[in-house]
Amino acid sequence: MSRRTLVTVFDHEDDILGATRAIREAGFRIADVYAPYAVHGLDKAMGLQPSKLPWVCFVLGLVGAALKVWFEFWTTAQDWPINVGGKPWNSLPAFVPVTFEVMVLFAGVSTVFAFFLVSRLWPGKRAVLADPHVTDDRFILIIDQSDAAFDPVKVERLLEPYHVVRVEEREESGEGGAG
Amino acid sequence: MASVSQTLRPPLVAGDKRPAEVTRDICAALDRRPGAGWWAMFLPAFALLLLGVTAVTYEIATGIGTWGLNRTVGWAFDITNFVFWIGIGHAGTLISAILFLLRQRWRTSVNRSAEAMTIFAVLCAGMFPVIHLGRPWFAYWMLPYPNARGSLWINFRSPLVWDFFAILTYFTISLVFWYVGLIPDLATIRDRTKPGLRRRVLEILSLGWDGSYRTWQRYETVYKLLAGLATPLVISVHTIVSWDFATAVIPGWHTTIFPPYFVAGAIFSGMAMVLTLMTVARKAMGLEDYITVAHIDKMAKVTLATSLMVGLSYLTEFFTAFYSGNQYEEFVFLNRALGPFAWGYWIMLACNVGIPQLFWFRKVRWNPFLVFIVSVFVNIGMWFERFVIIVTSLHRDFLPSSWAGYAPTSIELATLAGSFGLFFTCFLLFCRFVPVIAISEVKGVLSVGRSRQPAGRRPLRSGGATEEASVLG
Repeated sequence: MSRRTLVTVFDHEDDILGATRAIREAGFRIADVYAPYAVHGLDKAMGLQPSKLPWVCFVLGLVGAALKVWFEFWTTAQDWPINVGGKPWNSLPAFVPVTFEVMVLFAGVSTVFAFFLVSRLWPGKRAVLADPHVTDDRFILIIDQSDAAFDPVKVERLLEPYHVVRVEEREESGEGGAG
Repeated sequence: MASVSQTLRPPLVAGDKRPAEVTRDICAALDRRPGAGWWAMFLPAFALLLLGVTAVTYEIATGIGTWGLNRTVGWAFDITNFVFWIGIGHAGTLISAILFLLRQRWRTSVNRSAEAMTIFAVLCAGMFPVIHLGRPWFAYWMLPYPNARGSLWINFRSPLVWDFFAILTYFTISLVFWYVGLIPDLATIRDRTKPGLRRRVLEILSLGWDGSYRTWQRYETVYKLLAGLATPLVISVHTIVSWDFATAVIPGWHTTIFPPYFVAGAIFSGMAMVLTLMTVARKAMGLEDYITVAHIDKMAKVTLATSLMVGLSYLTEFFTAFYSGNQYEEFVFLNRALGPFAWGYWIMLACNVGIPQLFWFRKVRWNPFLVFIVSVFVNIGMWFERFVIIVTSLHRDFLPSSWAGYAPTSIELATLAGSFGLFFTCFLLFCRFVPVIAISEVKGVLSVGRSRQPAGRRPLRSGGATEEASVLG
């Protein structure tokens, strides 16, 4: 599946913020925005939904903690109970520190793996850059042209106040930008 | 809008940088061949590391009798070094996680190197309990794995087991946090490196990062989550380290003040180590515009605040010992201040409570050389704090017939030197191969990007963004 996109390049974070907001509010479809650093407010300008990764963190943290409490109880009170200084078999308060550590370990590591998974990042993946300077100092807004509402004249007028550095049309094999 | 600009804070990065200049400045150290200064630091550090490796090899081959430990003083140099190094690590997490949650944006200039320091310090720390086992090849017995002895499980009621899990989790999370923060910067370096082996390695490590904002948004979320997890984690780690002592019945250890006292001391010593490293690194690597005197000033203030907390803890400990009416408790504290190891106690007090008071003076905080000197004293003082806590509490116990002295052997001294060698070798390699400042984070705090005006209404610029920058500067 190939599609036509309009690639617009900016060199200022205020410009990309304003341009993205203007394009989205005019009803055009934004394929993606590329930036060398996290620009505050750009996610809202793009209309992105908040990430669901906190749920991964919460649920996996809970799973880790639950598994660990069960494991500590099973080893200490059931599988081979050992009398340590006359403490009760099920020394629940003493299980808290390790449970906490394992919860943090599960939550943290699984969140990062989930992030790699949903962002499709893996070792050795070839980065397809929208512009060679996108990881240095360039901001790129890619507008979907295959959209029926696309109107080049209107887009040009909308982008006028935002100091566009370069515009080019591109034919993409529908890999990037989806989702 | 001039009035708004005037009320803004001074810029965090000096020299009105543009994003491309930030990339160039920070990558400069990675592009050029290491100079004489780098080798002059690296070779002694590596020599110390080799000394340490030799000492540890000898100790493992011969046995723990090569150390000065005896039946009364069963913990001394090794555990002192362990607590010292693990404490050093805590400032890295304070800067990377706690200051992130508190939105202290000045942290962006120092967080990368502070996190690296954390990882290397935890590495040094982790070595000591393992070699202290005497038979380090059985270290895996600390893991709760099904075994042929029953299965006989580890004792989850023991603070030493808690500590094992705490250090392991702390190391893993610190490493993951550091790596996630590094991915955008690795991509930046990748895109400015010529094809070849180095580029190939960077391509693998940067995971195909392309700067897509959908990824950036998730990245920010993950970063926030990790910061939120690392904050209670770092407090738990030194709390658990303090429980190694506090759950024992030894006078001088068995107190409830230990967790907050240890956490404050850890951040104090770690901040001092960050200052020691940064005051040298900013000069040596020409990064004075990024790690400015204002950054040093802020870290010196944190050091001063934690110094006061540590001082208060020393006082509280003494007061509680006397107020308790427990003669063993009273004796331990008198013995600390006046006994055979009184010199250690007074070094600790002078370096941790006395000398840092110089940070009350702006002239001292704004002088990197003086800050360096004070921070070295704090490092020394905090090492002695752990020595005093461990050795003076143990060497004269309940039974005067079992009282003993303690003196480190050359093997122990060489092992301590070796841990410094490991730390500095790692840190110097880090300075050589990894951007020491978080490039993408610094770009976000540049004054160039923040005109504080709706872009549409801004007057057309002629020479880039320099006008706004000069308004803010």
